[in-house]
Amino acid sequence: MTEETLGEMMSRRGMSRRTFLKFCTAVASSMALPPSMAPVMAESLANARRRSVIWLSFQECTGCTESLTRSYSPTLEKLIFDFISLDYHHTLSAASGHAVEKAREEAMEANQGEYLLIVDGSIPVKDGGVYSTIAGMTNRQMLEETARHAKAIVAVGTCAAFGGIPKAKPNPTGAVSVEDIITDKPIVHVPGCPPIGEVITGTVSHYLTFNTLPELDDKRRPLAFFGDTIHDRCYRRPFYDQGKFAESFDDEGARKGWCLYKLGCKAPIAHNACATVKWNQGTSFPIQSGHGCFACSEPDFWDQGGFYKPLSAGVWGSAEGIAAAAAAGVAVGAGAAAVSRARQKKLAEGESEDTFKGGV
Amino acid sequence: MTLLEFARGPGLQGALIIFVVGVLWRLVGILLLKHKRDYNEPRYGGLWPLWGGFKMIFTRFWPRKPFQARTAYNETLGYIFHIGLAIIVFGGGFHILFIEDLFGVSWPHLPNDVIYLAGVVTLVAMIALLIRRLTHPVLRMLSNFDDYFSWLVTILPVVTGLMAVAHFGARYETLLAIHILSFELMLVWFPFGKLMHAFLFVPSRAASGYIMTRRGAST
Repeated sequence: MTEETLGEMMSRRGMSRRTFLKFCTAVASSMALPPSMAPVMAESLANARRRSVIWLSFQECTGCTESLTRSYSPTLEKLIFDFISLDYHHTLSAASGHAVEKAREEAMEANQGEYLLIVDGSIPVKDGGVYSTIAGMTNRQMLEETARHAKAIVAVGTCAAFGGIPKAKPNPTGAVSVEDIITDKPIVHVPGCPPIGEVITGTVSHYLTFNTLPELDDKRRPLAFFGDTIHDRCYRRPFYDQGKFAESFDDEGARKGWCLYKLGCKAPIAHNACATVKWNQGTSFPIQSGHGCFACSEPDFWDQGGFYKPLSAGVWGSAEGIAAAAAAGVAVGAGAAAVSRARQKKLAEGESEDTFKGGV
Repeated sequence: MTLLEFARGPGLQGALIIFVVGVLWRLVGILLLKHKRDYNEPRYGGLWPLWGGFKMIFTRFWPRKPFQARTAYNETLGYIFHIGLAIIVFGGGFHILFIEDLFGVSWPHLPNDVIYLAGVVTLVAMIALLIRRLTHPVLRMLSNFDDYFSWLVTILPVVTGLMAVAHFGARYETLLAIHILSFELMLVWFPFGKLMHAFLFVPSRAASGYIMTRRGAST
């Protein structure tokens, strides 16, 4: 951590208190904090020192970083990069090779127990983790080494949080999430494929402000952003309630903006802020653009039976099991009938013998 | 694997397999039984017994006049909840999606409000029937575990379905999973309890109608 406080640094750079308060209000409102928290946040941040952040990227597509760099407002993005000292990041670091690895080691050494570790991408553990290595280290080794002295970990993106696409069946690299490996550190998940930029910055801001992780749900996601489903906040929800559904992507229902449930929309099980925060400066989100939600912020979203299969439909491998069951049912029934018929015959013979003995 | 993944995947597949095996086992086992030869001279021979058997499948849908007053409560509520269940299962958009996925056929769905109303009416009718079963001395004596458990596994999907559409009590994915699991419980119990009447009432009435016509009784 640098000695200069953020307040001092912003003052040196000529940032007005008004601009700073506007930023804090935006962050507080995006996290559903009461308006009274904005000045508290401003006070806290102004007195905070820039915290060292190490960002590790493993089996990922850089979509999470792309999303972060397109964070809602340029000012917000700029401020976030002013609040933290991003000491290691594959895509954003100016240095490369040995120099950048040295930067990571120095940041760990200088900020032992204080730095924030952000991870995107899943970690391959199959075959000794050979499927992804950086600077001669497997992803697992680098994660364990870097996490050892981290204050907390933010797993950004569904890959880091839940394994994501690399973990999709048949999971050839044995991909796992951060929490599958690191069990002794506070971890917060910011899933999404990619996560919304404001959700990443909002979560980090909360940590910088209050020095604690935000309130989380049972999947370690900040409740402020993941408390509601997209379905709960979807502007097409009234059509769902009325039973008005698009049957195909170009029918009348689709043109009228009706609910996309029948076309496989997974919004009812997707906890995320897409319907409220939206993307690209609040322009739109997938459902608004006419496509169903993938529920990409949920574990194993890739293996839910297909993006276009409705939620109320079953997830089948094939119908062979049912066909075999039908054959088995007929065979067992026929067998039971054969046993019963033999018994019926035996009883009938007994009856005639009894009748005969009776002397009729 | 989440609860919903289990319910939509292996749980559903397993329940359907048990359902299909059980239903065919019982149907084939009963239909292939040896039937006792009737040595009596038939009162009505030829094709008449077959016609009588066919006719009885339908005539027994309604009680005979002398019994109508006594059975009105059960008959009325029984019809209400059976029709209610049919509206929910075959008229609900979400259920048609399930059927379409399974059999590849679909049809237009009824408005959601109609389905919700049918759900509530069905629920009330089934509770009223349970109260009758518990309070009527003769009915109570005749009732066994099968009656109560069959009632339970039938009403559970209705209750959990209403909870799911109302988003009441838990997260939607949990409610949806519980709803599907409750339906799976019904599928598993179906062949082995009194729910099997849905398949057995046809051969049972037909056989009775055949025998009664042959003997000259009214069907």
